Amino acid sequence: MTILNDPVSAKLGNRQQLSYIASQAADARLNVELETEGMTLNIGPQHPATHGTLRIIARLDGEQVVWAEPSCGYMHRGYEKLTEVRTFPQVTSLINRIDWLGSFANEVPFILAAEKLMNVEAPPRAQWIRTILFELSRIANVSLFLGDLGVQLGAITPVFLAFRDREYVLNLIESATGGRFHPNFDRIGGLKDDLPAGWIDETKVVMKKLRNFCDEIETLLFGNEIFQSRTRGIGVIPRDVALQYGLSGANLRASGVDWDLRRDQTIPLAYDKVDFKVWTHPDGDSFARCWVRLQETREATKIVDQLLDGIPSGPVMAKVPKIIKVPEGEAWVSTENPLGEMGYYVVSRGDLGPFRVKIRSASFNNISITPWLLRGVYVPDIITILASLYFILGDIDR
Amino acid sequence: MNTLFAAVIPYWGQSLLRVLGGLVAVLLPAGTIVYLFLFKMMSFMQSRLGPMEAGPYGSLQLVAEVGKWLQKEDIQPTNADKPVFKMAPIIVLMSTFLLVVVVPFGPDAWFTDLETGIFYALAVSSISVLGILMAGWSSANKYSLLGGLRAAGQLIAYELPMVLAVMGVVIQAGTMNLQQIVVAQNAGSMFGIDTFGNPYVITQFVGFIVFMIAIQAELTQAPFDMPIAESELVSGYMTEYSGFRFLIFFIGEFATAGVFAMIASTLFLGGWGVPFSWFGWTSMDSVANWMNVVGPLVVFTKMMVLTFLIMWVRFTYPRFREDQLQRFAWKVLIPVSLANIMLTAVLKVVF
Repeated sequence: MTILNDPVSAKLGNRQQLSYIASQAADARLNVELETEGMTLNIGPQHPATHGTLRIIARLDGEQVVWAEPSCGYMHRGYEKLTEVRTFPQVTSLINRIDWLGSFANEVPFILAAEKLMNVEAPPRAQWIRTILFELSRIANVSLFLGDLGVQLGAITPVFLAFRDREYVLNLIESATGGRFHPNFDRIGGLKDDLPAGWIDETKVVMKKLRNFCDEIETLLFGNEIFQSRTRGIGVIPRDVALQYGLSGANLRASGVDWDLRRDQTIPLAYDKVDFKVWTHPDGDSFARCWVRLQETREATKIVDQLLDGIPSGPVMAKVPKIIKVPEGEAWVSTENPLGEMGYYVVSRGDLGPFRVKIRSASFNNISITPWLLRGVYVPDIITILASLYFILGDIDR
Repeated sequence: MNTLFAAVIPYWGQSLLRVLGGLVAVLLPAGTIVYLFLFKMMSFMQSRLGPMEAGPYGSLQLVAEVGKWLQKEDIQPTNADKPVFKMAPIIVLMSTFLLVVVVPFGPDAWFTDLETGIFYALAVSSISVLGILMAGWSSANKYSLLGGLRAAGQLIAYELPMVLAVMGVVIQAGTMNLQQIVVAQNAGSMFGIDTFGNPYVITQFVGFIVFMIAIQAELTQAPFDMPIAESELVSGYMTEYSGFRFLIFFIGEFATAGVFAMIASTLFLGGWGVPFSWFGWTSMDSVANWMNVVGPLVVFTKMMVLTFLIMWVRFTYPRFREDQLQRFAWKVLIPVSLANIMLTAVLKVVF
């Protein structure tokens, strides 16, 4: 209104008045532009740090982030919808590809949900082998994280060690299931096959190698002062914020919440037969998240060792009909996957395929905290925080 | 190349020899470093083999890579400031060539014998900052801009500890002439023992460490590689460069590593010389002529040892954050090197 009451503009005609206002506005804009202006940096969708196609829109003031927001969906493949046009046994080959580094772990909760609807339980041997493969895929997944962490922070060597040692685990998974990345091995009522001969001894050797790998990473990377100064106190998530944003997995446990679905729920897997520790860390910073994952990898190798010792004999497949029709009903099963809580809400109308499947994947919820977490950090810390939150794009976009 | 050849070779011939010698002195070490350290040593450290197909043990890999880069399309971003964009890599490489001219390779084998040699070397080494800033600014890319600005801040911060680290050597030798610094190290004696001469790496150990850290930062090698920071800034100021221009940056990076290592070996390891007492030489005049041939090899060997250290650190450490790097330069390196200068000066006066 000040412009309209301006003595100069009052004397001008209507049309001229408008152009006068426009020129005043242009001057005001110019004044704003002469001050230091922020810069919007698009990190992604194609960027080396997002290992996939996540896009982070960051508003920068110098190197400091004023405001940041993740933008996902660049790799959305519509798995929830695709499951509706598949039969139940076919779905596993799809959901394998959600978290592609720990594929077998994706199959288990879906199969468990379907079994719950059908009121079938897998024989004990199948449950144990499922648990072993579940933990092996956790090791394969998290060991790659431990190496990749170094690359994100600028140390190029650890990732090669990680790829070297992950190969042993993938070979094990391949020899048991036939697929390195996408086993597609879990069936409703049990497993496709029994373990091959000599697999148990071989696995024990590999678990020893993986424990060595964890020691190696701990001294190489976690003991490094630069690594500690880059991660300690960076991206701190307090306990209550972590709970509010629905974080799960190691991200939640690093904030001091003692919550692990392997221990805290009764599902037909063999976790209640083994003795293992759930690691937590009070700090909630990037270092804590990485440290918890390292300890979990170690713990997983111990779980596998214990399971291998007490594996029961018997069939690996329960009696299920050749053509599987799941009775009408709804079921929710979630498990503690490598990335966090992963669950399937399966709705069946008594057909060959599911009527609707809701997939709750861990990374989608874990990444939702980034706008809160990235405010005020520096650009290099964006990478540290994203690396330590550990998401997999397939797990975000599904 | 001075008194020995002056009578026989005309001036234009001497100039031609100098240009050829400069090319060899910069590009040969660069190629060797890339193959031996970047391709092979790094691979062995990371439990892999590295290039094995091109030539025996992949020794011709670099030739293949250069061939590939030369064939690439010359891409310039639409919004780039084109003349600046084209000039930037040349300026970066030029600073390397300007740097090598003061390095002595033998009693008579040098390009130019400046009285203020090390002063000149430190001055021209900062020209590369200009090139990097130009590259970062003219690319019209936000990552390049961030990388260029980071590089400028970092290189300026680390110039200071580098100069201060050299001061100790200059005080101890009493000269800025690199040739005389070499003679002072090889003809001198340490604590009364003259078997090993007096390499300043022992008496100026603190200066040596500070200098090596500073050149690590100056070369933007990990843990100081934020200007490139491939996981954050894609490739920093080099993001928009491809083909031949990228090749110049790439060669420049390793050539500069080699030349800085040559200067470090001249300052701290005795340069081209071996301890003079081994052959009964007493001063510069009595050094045998064959040292002009052996000298370059000695420099090369010492350079490879120092480059090995640089590369070893590069392949091992994660990188600092920008503010941590500045804090490290101003709060640690500069006070340490100032204390070193003070101590050296006091000891020089006392003894």
